[in-house]
Order: sequence, then C-alpha cells, then structure tokens
Amino acid sequence: MAQAAGGAYRERVVARGGSLARRRAWIAFFLCLPLILLVLALVVYPAFYSLHLATLNKSMTRFVGLANFTFLFKRETFWMVVEQSVIFAVSAVIFKALIGFLLAHLVHRLPDKGQRKWRGMLLVPWVIPPAMSTLVWWWMYEPSYSALNWLLRSVGLEAVPWLGDPYWARFSVILVNVWYGAPFFMIMYLAALKSVPAELYEAADIDGANAFQKLIYVTLPMLRNIIAVTVLFSLIVTFANFDIVRILTAGGPRDMTHVFATWAFKLGIESNDIPLGACVSLFMFPILGAAAIFILRDVHRRSRELAGVTG
Amino acid sequence: MTRWHLSRRSLLAGASGTVVAGTTLGRARGAYAAGKLSVGFWDHWVPGANDTLTRLCREWAEKEKVDLKIDYIPSQGNKLLLTIAAEAQARSGHDILAMNTWLPGSHAERLEPVDDLMKEILANNGPTNPVVEYLGKPDGHWRAVPATPGSQMKGPASRLDLMKEHAGIDLLAMYPPDGPANAAEAAKWTWDALLAAAEKCHKAGYPFGIGLGTTSDSVDTWGSLFQAYGARLVDEQGNIVVSSDATRAALDFSKRLAAFLPADAIAWDDGSNNRWLISGKGALIFNPPSAWAVAKRDAPQVAEKIWHHPAPAGPKGRFGPYLPYYWGIWAFSPNKSAAKSLLAHLSTRSAAEQLVAASQGYDIPGYTSFNDFKTWLEEGPPKGTLRHYPNSGDQILSIAAAPAPHKIAEQIYNQATITKMIARMVQGGESADKAIAWAERELEGFMRG
Repeated sequence: MAQAAGGAYRERVVARGGSLARRRAWIAFFLCLPLILLVLALVVYPAFYSLHLATLNKSMTRFVGLANFTFLFKRETFWMVVEQSVIFAVSAVIFKALIGFLLAHLVHRLPDKGQRKWRGMLLVPWVIPPAMSTLVWWWMYEPSYSALNWLLRSVGLEAVPWLGDPYWARFSVILVNVWYGAPFFMIMYLAALKSVPAELYEAADIDGANAFQKLIYVTLPMLRNIIAVTVLFSLIVTFANFDIVRILTAGGPRDMTHVFATWAFKLGIESNDIPLGACVSLFMFPILGAAAIFILRDVHRRSRELAGVTG
Repeated sequence: MTRWHLSRRSLLAGASGTVVAGTTLGRARGAYAAGKLSVGFWDHWVPGANDTLTRLCREWAEKEKVDLKIDYIPSQGNKLLLTIAAEAQARSGHDILAMNTWLPGSHAERLEPVDDLMKEILANNGPTNPVVEYLGKPDGHWRAVPATPGSQMKGPASRLDLMKEHAGIDLLAMYPPDGPANAAEAAKWTWDALLAAAEKCHKAGYPFGIGLGTTSDSVDTWGSLFQAYGARLVDEQGNIVVSSDATRAALDFSKRLAAFLPADAIAWDDGSNNRWLISGKGALIFNPPSAWAVAKRDAPQVAEKIWHHPAPAGPKGRFGPYLPYYWGIWAFSPNKSAAKSLLAHLSTRSAAEQLVAASQGYDIPGYTSFNDFKTWLEEGPPKGTLRHYPNSGDQILSIAAAPAPHKIAEQIYNQATITKMIARMVQGGESADKAIAWAERELEGFMRG
C-alpha cells in the first residue's frame, strides 16, 4: 500500500517536473521573442533585402541575377577598393593589437592605486563617439588649416599633405582607426592578464625564465583565445568601418582611401545605383565569414585542449 | 491665376472619412476638408528663408483647406539624400520631397509625371533655362517642378581688390554694379585670362581657391571649363567621345592651372573653398554667395570686396554652372491633386520673388523671366555684388557631364570623372592619353543599364 502510494507520488512529481520544464521552455522562448524579432527585423530581413537589391538592374526594375557581381569583378576601382580594405583592416588591427598589448602590460604593472586613473584615461578615445573624435582629427589634418602642420611649421619642418597625398591619406585614416580602437584591445588584454594565475609566473621564475621567456611561454599561450577573439571582432568592425574614412577623406584622393562601406555608399546612395552599392557591401560578408571560421575554429580547438588539460 | 485648385473629385477623395458623401462642395470646405499633405523641403541655410516658405504654404493650405505638414530636411550629412532613398524604397513618406540636381531623373520611375502642371506653369512664367529642362525632363516628361529654394549658380566669387592689384583685372568694368555686363570688357574674361591671373595671384600669395576634389563645387568648376573647351565625355546619344582634341586641350589647360592652386586642392570639399575666401587667403573661388554671406558675418572686411560674376569664356563659349532644385511628387502620394496645387502656388512669380528675397539673393529660380528681381540689385556690401549672379551677359548655363543621357551623366557627375582625370595627371603624373583611357574604361562601366 505504502509502496503503491510512493510510486504514484513519484509519477506525479515526474509528471509535474516535465510540465514545469515544458512551461520553463515556453517562458524562455517568450522572453527571447522580442530579441528574436529584433534580430529578424534588423539583421535577417536587411541581409536578405540587400541580397535581393544586389540582383536588380540600376533602375531596380528588372532582375539581373549575378550580373552586378560579374560587372564589379571587371572594374579596376573595385579591385583597388578590395586591396585598400585589406590594407586598412589588417594593418589597423595589427597595430591596435600590438599597442593594446603593450598598454595592457604597462597598466598591469602599475600599482593598484593609480591603475584605475590610467585605465580611465586610456579608454577615452574608445568611449568618445567616433564621428565626433574623427571631426577633431579632421581639423588637425585639414588641408588649409591643419593644426598638425601648424605645429610642424612652428618647429621649422615642412607641412605634410595629410589628406591630399594618397599614401599620407591612407596613413592618416589608419592612424585614427588605431587611436580609436587600441583601448578596446588594451582593456580586453588587461582583463585577460589579470586572470593568468600568478603561480605560473612563480614557477617560471623558479625555472629561471627571463621576462621574454615568460611572455612567450606563459602570457601568450594564456592570452591566445582572447587575442584570437579580439582580433576577429576588430577585423569585422574595421572591415566594415565607414565613419572615419567618410569624414576624413570621403574615399579620396583619386578613390585611394575608399573601403567597402564608403565605396558602397558612394555608389549606392550618392550615385543612385543602389543595386551596385548593395553588391559592394555584400563582398564583405564572404571575407569576414572566412576569417570568422578560421579564427573561431582555432579558439574552439584551444578551448577543448584546455578542457582536456583540466578535465 | 493657376487652375490647380483642388477639383471637387479630388477634394472628396482626399477628405474621405471627413466629408459626408453628397455634401455640397461649399459645405465640405470645413477645416482640412481637402485631406492631408506632407512635404519635405530642403532646410535652407539662410536664417529666415524657411519662414517665408512656411508662410506661403500656410496661406495656400488655409485657402484650400488642406492639413499641411512641413518638414525641413538638411542636406548636411546627406540627410535629404538618405530620406529620398529611404522613401523611394519604402514607397511611403512625404507626398512632396525637395530633390536636387540629378534626383528627379534618378527616381523618374517613382515620381508622378507633372507635364500637365508644368504646361500651365510654363505658360505663366515662360521657359526655364536649359539646365532645368535637361535635369527635370530626363525622359521627355517633366518628373518634378523646378524649385526656387536651393537653386544656385556657381560662378566665380572674386576679390575686387586682389584681382585688380595683382592681376590687373577690373571686374567692375566688366560687370558693373549699376548696369548690364559690358560686352567689350567682359570679352576679355577668358580662361586664358583666368590662368594668367591665377599665376600672378599665386605669386602674390593669394592663390585661387579652386578645389580638385570629388565634391560638387570642384566638379561644377572643372565641368564648366571642359564645356568652354567643347570637351564632352559622352554625347547625347550615349556614345563615349572623351578621346578628342578638345578633351586633350582642356586637360592640358587644367594641368597648367592646377600648378597655381593650393597644394592640397585635391583634398578639398565644398567647405574648403568657402573657408579659403573668407580667411582672406585667396583671390577667387567658384561658389554661390554662401561664402560671401558668411564673410559678411565673420569677416566683413573681406565680404565688402567680394564680387560675383559670370564664368570665364573658352573657345566654345562661356559656360556657367547652374544647379537647380526641384519639388517631386511621389507616385505613391495619396493626395497628388493637392500636391500639384501647392506646387503651382509656389511656382508663381510673386512666390519666387519672396523666396529669393528671403534667401538674400542666394536662390535663383529656373525661369529665365525671373532673373530680374530687385533683391540681386540691392544686396551688399558691396552694393550690386549679386547683380550679375543670376545669368548675365553671354553666359550659357550648364552642368558638368551634360549633354550625356541622364543616367550616364549622373554617374559622371557624382563619381567626379572629370576631376579624377585631372588629378591623375596632376598628382599621379599620368599623360593626358592615359587619363583619357582610364576615363573611357570608367564610362563603359557607367553604361550599365
């Protein structure tokens, strides 16, 4: 009797547990629903809509399939923009990562008391809206009244055509991007550095490792995942950069600072060829997709290795 | 008076929901009986100019019983351009939108044809200048109504004192403040004379501020030079004709002129030349009177020496850049009849004269018979500086890339093919033939349908 009652009770508990789990799943779904709808409306729909636009003719009255893509492949300006986007994104990310790494180490070594102050100050470029800070940079580079050139002239040096010469202009836009993005790397690396167990450094000290060896054999392996993720994230953001190039050079001189986003805007909005503009912006997707696959695969493998070590 | 009063049918249609069917027209004309109308105007940079436009619209709305909503959309940061693109895609938004230069043609398929309205306006106002017709009637049909606010000339704005002192050019003798252009004197104002003056002013430390960038001011200036030399990139039939002796001559001239321009002219935007003139550094720019108007406030000693006058002449004539604005009615507009009625009201001579006065002479209506408003005679200092700002003398109004078919010309203009050709020679060290070959490849791309 007691046994039968116990069994029924267990069944009731299991049944109630199952319905609770189902109810929880529904609650979770409804809680996520606003976000799902937001992603559908702001990410999925625009992505498919731009794919649709890219298959229309210039007047958007006729379906032309992949004709816009094949057309772009034959344009020399397109290949110049591809090259420039790669130069811009890769060099900016490398410098941001190096400077961020260096700054993170410097800040990490500061005593706790002063560290917060320095951390805050170094983050300033990253927290100012980029359109605003880029306008200040533009004022410093401005062709006729460049503040930087005023300084150079005041110490007897020649003025530099910051935005007038294509190569200086490329340097200038990359410099601003590095200035803006390096603090992000710094804060990420600083957080990662703080999570490296001190025992590892102590063990390295006991083994007689010098500072460089500790960097190579302790710090870098421990930071490898965060470096990979930040590089990937920054690569995506830098490839898609618009505001810095748009404000400083608008792609000039002679189109030699255009990146995908600014050239897409030039073609799509300013020249009223929306299908071609959509086409250019879609070229970023396979490049970034390939980068994401390689980097995330490495991160995943590394995580599994770490899990294997600790597990 | 125009016949574009709201018809009974449109009135009833527009007022559906508020007007009881069968009600007599007289009784129906209660508050907003003729429905709603939403308008997006270009936000004028001259303080107070929007107020006059608003007043004119309100007068009309009150008389026609239309619930009118007006938005002023700035062109800075491409806000107006983005609004137009977004509304064209969404097939929703304002009933009427202000559109500059190339946009009526770009959106021709999405705009309500206004041939009927223009027929009546032209009967009242007389013909438009050729640029207005070329841009507003891209496929043989009027796609938008020429607007007064924003329509402008981009002829030279020169320093009277510096041009006389360093280049020996007496602009007041050519284009006097109290009368029409002196044909004999004005004949001396050629591109060759400009080149000689540019060299002298450069030597004196006051270089001409002509940009070689990719924005509108640069494109308009060099476009007028190309036209003065008879250099065309694409002809009316859509044939690529850039490889010609005329183009080589224009490029050769451009290279010689560029040597006397500011070192960074290649990076200039539409604000750079304004700042150049206002700072007192330069003797000449190509611009509407906006630079002068700002100088009146910020550098009055410079403003009182600025004179606006026609462009120099070349072997094929004197071509002055004119950039019109339009008001377009979207095909999706639910109240087209009210929209046409409003645009007819704003296109009268009286309205245009009030708008020109409110813009302090900046706006130039597209109708040639409207070039005699007294605002241009009275504005100053110096008094008469705008007398020759609307078309004057033997100048032909033009726009860079004309007479190419609209969709090709638009690409030539917006992608600054002309200034890039010059920049390739000046900065890239390319020969004229190489720059032309590059332009040919670009133009082939612009032919894409």
